[in-house]
Amino acid sequence: MTEPSRRSPWTPAEVVEVRDETRAIRTLVLDVPGWPGHRAGQSVDVRLTSESGYATQRPYSLASAPEDPRLELTVERMGDGEVSPWLAREARAGDRLEIRGPGGRSFSWHVEDGGPLLLVAGGAGLVPLRAMLRHRLHQGSGLDTRLLLSVRTEEHELYAGERAEWEAAGVRVTTTYTRAGGRRVDAEMLADPAPEARPHVFVCGPTAFVEAAATHLLRAGHDTERVRTERFGGEA
Amino acid sequence: MGMGERHVVSRGFRGRPPAEPERLPPGQYLTRDFPVLATGPTPIDAAENWSLSIGGAVERSREWSWDELLAIPSETITVDIHCVTQWTKLDTTWTGVPVDALLAEVAPRGATHLVAHCAGGYTTNLPLADVRGGKAWIAYEYEGEPLSPPHGGPARLLVPHLYFWKSAKWVRALELLTEDHPGYWEVNGYHLRGDPWREQRYDDD
Repeated sequence: MTEPSRRSPWTPAEVVEVRDETRAIRTLVLDVPGWPGHRAGQSVDVRLTSESGYATQRPYSLASAPEDPRLELTVERMGDGEVSPWLAREARAGDRLEIRGPGGRSFSWHVEDGGPLLLVAGGAGLVPLRAMLRHRLHQGSGLDTRLLLSVRTEEHELYAGERAEWEAAGVRVTTTYTRAGGRRVDAEMLADPAPEARPHVFVCGPTAFVEAAATHLLRAGHDTERVRTERFGGEA
Repeated sequence: MGMGERHVVSRGFRGRPPAEPERLPPGQYLTRDFPVLATGPTPIDAAENWSLSIGGAVERSREWSWDELLAIPSETITVDIHCVTQWTKLDTTWTGVPVDALLAEVAPRGATHLVAHCAGGYTTNLPLADVRGGKAWIAYEYEGEPLSPPHGGPARLLVPHLYFWKSAKWVRALELLTEDHPGYWEVNGYHLRGDPWREQRYDDD
């Protein structure tokens, strides 16, 4: 960890581009003048305000690396969501919103923190891990890095076009498909790198996914301080 | 967040204003589910050899086994909870032992603050006044069921009038202190007290 990053107050952001990642997931590219910078993996608060003055806010992971020229959010549209439908369907270039951050420093990584790196993603949990992979690329780092990705089907894969670039930079990518009798993340899939290599482990995904993966990792002998988690969605 | 602050309007956004806005602290939104927030894994050994101890600035430190904790008369309360990540959940029902009952046995001596210590290494600090006078519990049931491990089971601190990071999961010890000593999030820039109605999220709020 280097010195603490600064946090911005609510800051206007303009959508400069939208990119569909899957049917329900979209990336927003934002221009945020005065952004104080962030560490790969950190999150921001997003605030939307209506014409009538009603405002509400939600946290989202940043999909972009600190070195990327613009901030990127990748948002999954939740059927009963209040903010995600606007971000993932309504928003278009030229629209404005507000950003505050960065936050979530405990779920962040810098090449100076070292490796090996074990990144474990369930579905849209890949978003903050993509920021780490892009940071590693920008830095020209050859640190031993493994990405274990669990998605329902190929159609649910995010950033599929970036996979080749990650692999060319030495990232070992394993994808498991869970739909229709597929295999869920299990102890065997999580066995490499071994706990003895003292990897930095980042696990992000739906709550049940993170609980299962993190429990496998602790049982295998990983230090709890080295396993950082970020969960989304509720638990009944 | 003063009344005069100008927001940027997002074209086409309408949102769903809450039915009871007066129950929402500033900057919070309502959730019906129960998000799980923790920077690390749910401990796999939080219930092993469980005990709760209170020590530090007290007349006589004490340790309670699980059975001893359950033998203390419990209370069931229904409260609203507020997470610093901006969700608020209304009318949650918990059962546990009032912290007052535990403090009565150890008799604080000159203490002004405490630090809660948890399985997995998490810590958080609180003013002693915020856990006295019927404001805090060691909770072990949620909605009539044993508290699940992701939500802090077997037992967590419950201090519902402060942001929920103060309601430490997997609590194992309360250390009474004669001065304030920042815990895990408080060292990382979060507010020392964390009153949601004053929106005390960060140390400069």
